Amino acid sequence: MSTARYEYLLRFGDNALILSQRLGEWCGKGPALEEDMALTNVALDLLGQARLLLSLAAEAAGNGADEDSLAYHRDDRAFRNVLLVEQPNGNYADTLARQFLFDAWSSLALRRLLSSSDAAIAAIAEKAVKEVSYHLRRSSDLMVRLGDGTERSRAMLQTAIDKVWPYSHELFIGDAVDAEMTAAGIGFDPASVHDEWLAYVREVFAEATLKLPAAGGWMPKGGKQGLHSEHLSKLLAEMQVLQRSHPGASW
Amino acid sequence: MKNQWPLWEVFIRSQHGLAHRHVGSLHAPDATMALNNARDVYTRRNEGVSIWVVKSTDITASHPDDKAELFDPANSKVYRHPTFFPMPEEVKGL
Repeated sequence: MSTARYEYLLRFGDNALILSQRLGEWCGKGPALEEDMALTNVALDLLGQARLLLSLAAEAAGNGADEDSLAYHRDDRAFRNVLLVEQPNGNYADTLARQFLFDAWSSLALRRLLSSSDAAIAAIAEKAVKEVSYHLRRSSDLMVRLGDGTERSRAMLQTAIDKVWPYSHELFIGDAVDAEMTAAGIGFDPASVHDEWLAYVREVFAEATLKLPAAGGWMPKGGKQGLHSEHLSKLLAEMQVLQRSHPGASW
Repeated sequence: MKNQWPLWEVFIRSQHGLAHRHVGSLHAPDATMALNNARDVYTRRNEGVSIWVVKSTDITASHPDDKAELFDPANSKVYRHPTFFPMPEEVKGL
């Protein structure tokens, strides 16, 4: 039970941490000052969520770990984020497509966690759901603007969606950890949010005049179990280098 | 692209009961995005409960050359200031 809860917390915490690190790569390079700040705000919100979730995971581990040791001293195989969030930023359309698919899932997932029987998890969800509601509002708005924008912006966004779409499937595939957490009333069955997610995505795509990729096809997965793409190790190399070279360094 | 985005002036109300104050400006293609951008650029540190955005070109400003005739006559007219009324301690936000 406690191992499953630890794994479960890592999954949500690592999703937030890795996506935050990815978005942070845009800092100072956004297409406009206003976009740059908006995106780094999202990154900071996610970092805040990651800190809460990883602190709780560290507490559950009870082996002297803390949020920092979990973030900076684990290897890629020990990370439990989905493959979607570790995908490279690409161009702005790639970043936006990844963000939109994640936000739409995250806002549903957090709403489920609001009724978690685990009071600490429900409390984190309550704080995070407000942030993610705004993230989703923002990414949905940009999807419509760029999808239903110029010919070039639609083409770029459609290409980005088609590229990142296969990675969305993993969000809805459950395993033994999910089953145990669902049975305990702590978590939820990932498959149970799929229809609502797809309905929302379909609605936004329709307004944005974007094509929904065909069902089926390649479905890469394994991130939740620690099997990642090479992109994650490169991301971690950059994120962890300081703490790895100077363990315990602080401001 | 940035050159084509119009400039917007941003006004934030920091708490209920106070007036909106001008806090700065930003670029955005339309009013909705101007509001979103204002939220992200100007309310990151819990500054506001309400945002107004106004296209900068929609603001009519007084001309600096008119300063003398507009404002100088109000100088040294101390009787226009309500300084002879003591305000109760409990009245805040004035």
